[in-house]
Amino acid sequence: MTTATFDEKKLQGAHSHGGAGDPLAPAKTRAAQIQSTNVDDFPKLTGREEEWRFTPLRRLRGLHDGTWKPAEEFPRHQLGVVSEDGLAPLPAGVTASNIKSTDERVGSILTPFDRPSAQAFTQAAESLLVSVAANAVVEQPVIVRLAGGTTEGAVFGHTFIEVGESAEVTIVLDQVGAVTLADNVEISVGPNARVKLVSIADWEADSVQLQHQKARIGRDGSLVHIAVTLGGNLVRQYFSAEFAGPGAEVESYGIYFATGSGAKTGQHFEHRLMVDHAIPDCRSHVTYRGALQGADAHTVWVGDVLIQAAATGTDTYEINRNLILSDGARADSIPNLEIETGEIVGAGHASATGRFDDEQLFYLQARGIPEDDARRLVVRGFFAELINKIGVPELQERLSQSIEDRLAKAGV
Amino acid sequence: MSVLEIRDLHVSVDAEGEAKPILRGVDLTVKAGQTHAIMGPNGSGKSTLAYSIAGHPKYTITSGSVTLDGKDLLEMTVDERARAGMFLAMQYPVEVPGVSVSNFLRTAATAIRGEAPKLRLWVKEVKEAMARLGIDPAFAERSVNEGFSGGEKKRHEILQLELLKPAIAILDETDSGLDIDALKIVSEGVNRVRETGETGTLLITHYTRILRYIKPDFVHVFVGGRIVEEGGPELADHLEAEGYEKFVKAAV
Repeated sequence: MTTATFDEKKLQGAHSHGGAGDPLAPAKTRAAQIQSTNVDDFPKLTGREEEWRFTPLRRLRGLHDGTWKPAEEFPRHQLGVVSEDGLAPLPAGVTASNIKSTDERVGSILTPFDRPSAQAFTQAAESLLVSVAANAVVEQPVIVRLAGGTTEGAVFGHTFIEVGESAEVTIVLDQVGAVTLADNVEISVGPNARVKLVSIADWEADSVQLQHQKARIGRDGSLVHIAVTLGGNLVRQYFSAEFAGPGAEVESYGIYFATGSGAKTGQHFEHRLMVDHAIPDCRSHVTYRGALQGADAHTVWVGDVLIQAAATGTDTYEINRNLILSDGARADSIPNLEIETGEIVGAGHASATGRFDDEQLFYLQARGIPEDDARRLVVRGFFAELINKIGVPELQERLSQSIEDRLAKAGV
Repeated sequence: MSVLEIRDLHVSVDAEGEAKPILRGVDLTVKAGQTHAIMGPNGSGKSTLAYSIAGHPKYTITSGSVTLDGKDLLEMTVDERARAGMFLAMQYPVEVPGVSVSNFLRTAATAIRGEAPKLRLWVKEVKEAMARLGIDPAFAERSVNEGFSGGEKKRHEILQLELLKPAIAILDETDSGLDIDALKIVSEGVNRVRETGETGTLLITHYTRILRYIKPDFVHVFVGGRIVEEGGPELADHLEAEGYEKFVKAAV
């Protein structure tokens, strides 16, 4: 099926709530942050804001300060399950429709806390709704493909994914083609549901995307979130997760590969995460791995985990590793862990950025494997571990091939 | 028949910007079919000998030579040395996340043998070698050395030794940290390779225990970066009874 959920109509006066004193503020450190669905509540970004200091605003085509030009062509959605000739219809238990932004679900999980997110909220008159019925066990991965046609003019989108109680499903957000896009994705994981969400940004070269995704995971529910960012000139994704009941867990994995040519327009991939533990006995694990190749390739990873005073029994760990394949690339990596209670199971974070591990190369070479092949093995292994978590063979092949092509170009 | 010849080898390591000498003139000849034990106290430079022969970038050869069948090993890269016939079983094998044992073994065998082994024969060969070392078949799909116990890591090293069939095998403290059952299994693996008569073995160890299971032809006592005493297996018995103290004192 094909549906268009992008609309140029400007929707004014969208419901606005939250704000500085909101008890559901994403982090204590952000408590003073503005939260609103209305873009006019946010000052224009200047680049001096702490949260935007790494992002080259001049490349955002006005998404940050209201100077964006409206698009004349809009990206299309295609939904279905993988079949030999493209996509087959959605399986039983899964439905998709467009809902008005005035629907009470829209904004029930994510209240924008930066200007481009609010801009998207204000602009998008409709939202794509993907629903998975309670108790449905969906065997085949559900593909939600967004295909853009041009980077000319800005487009805005909204997606709401709701998975009912005890349902099990894999959903792939497959984002391809050309866009200048700001969008929001809300993910509601019902109690005891098991959801795998694979979010792929495999845009064409000049594309720009600013995206916020936020998940709320119900009691005993589980979300495995896998973000793969390979294509586009600038992709900035903010993934937040919170829990609605004890026993819930989130595993968040990420893979990114940025390349640059030295012309100060290298790929900029920025991933920000916020896991908010406000409920006892929940678990979170974050592993993001990136590779950078070529001058002016730039990646940013900021992982925030907050364990609030009430969140006893929390178990959390986050790690980011970056592999720098050539000179001139830059990886920023900042893990933040804020703990307000000592009664937890575990909390840890780690970050490592560097070139190839000499000891790994030595070990492989000492078994006769030539240095180039050894590097290839190490870097493929670095990604393969996370790619294999996707569990959708066709997709794993496509992504592995894409990484393979980049490595070949990089001479690795 | 292969011969490894080490002549007057001097090696230093970079310590805070200064070259610190570790090996001070090592002379040793190892021929295929022979087993040499190098024994010495901690810090005597035994591992430095192993790693500098293998070509680890941390060590600088300041003088001397190492040849395998007359070919200059020191001129070769690490992988060239391995392809020439050298093998180093490491004391602390390195984890390589995301690279499965089966992929790793096949890639190594392809490199060493110069062509990819026939798949069906290879699968059988690996299976049998793993069974002999009591390695669970599920092991093949795990990442190299990741989450392996100490004993599993050492068995994995010996598995590689059996599959790669080197001309000269250097075993760096393969026995340390093993319980007696694991030590027996690992020793049996080394003995199988020795019995072929085609591999020369250089067994580096701190403890005499392993020499009950692997009988050396020659024993060398290593102190202060060189060999200070040489003899037959009886020298190991002597060391077991009296320790290294006498040699350490003499070396000072």
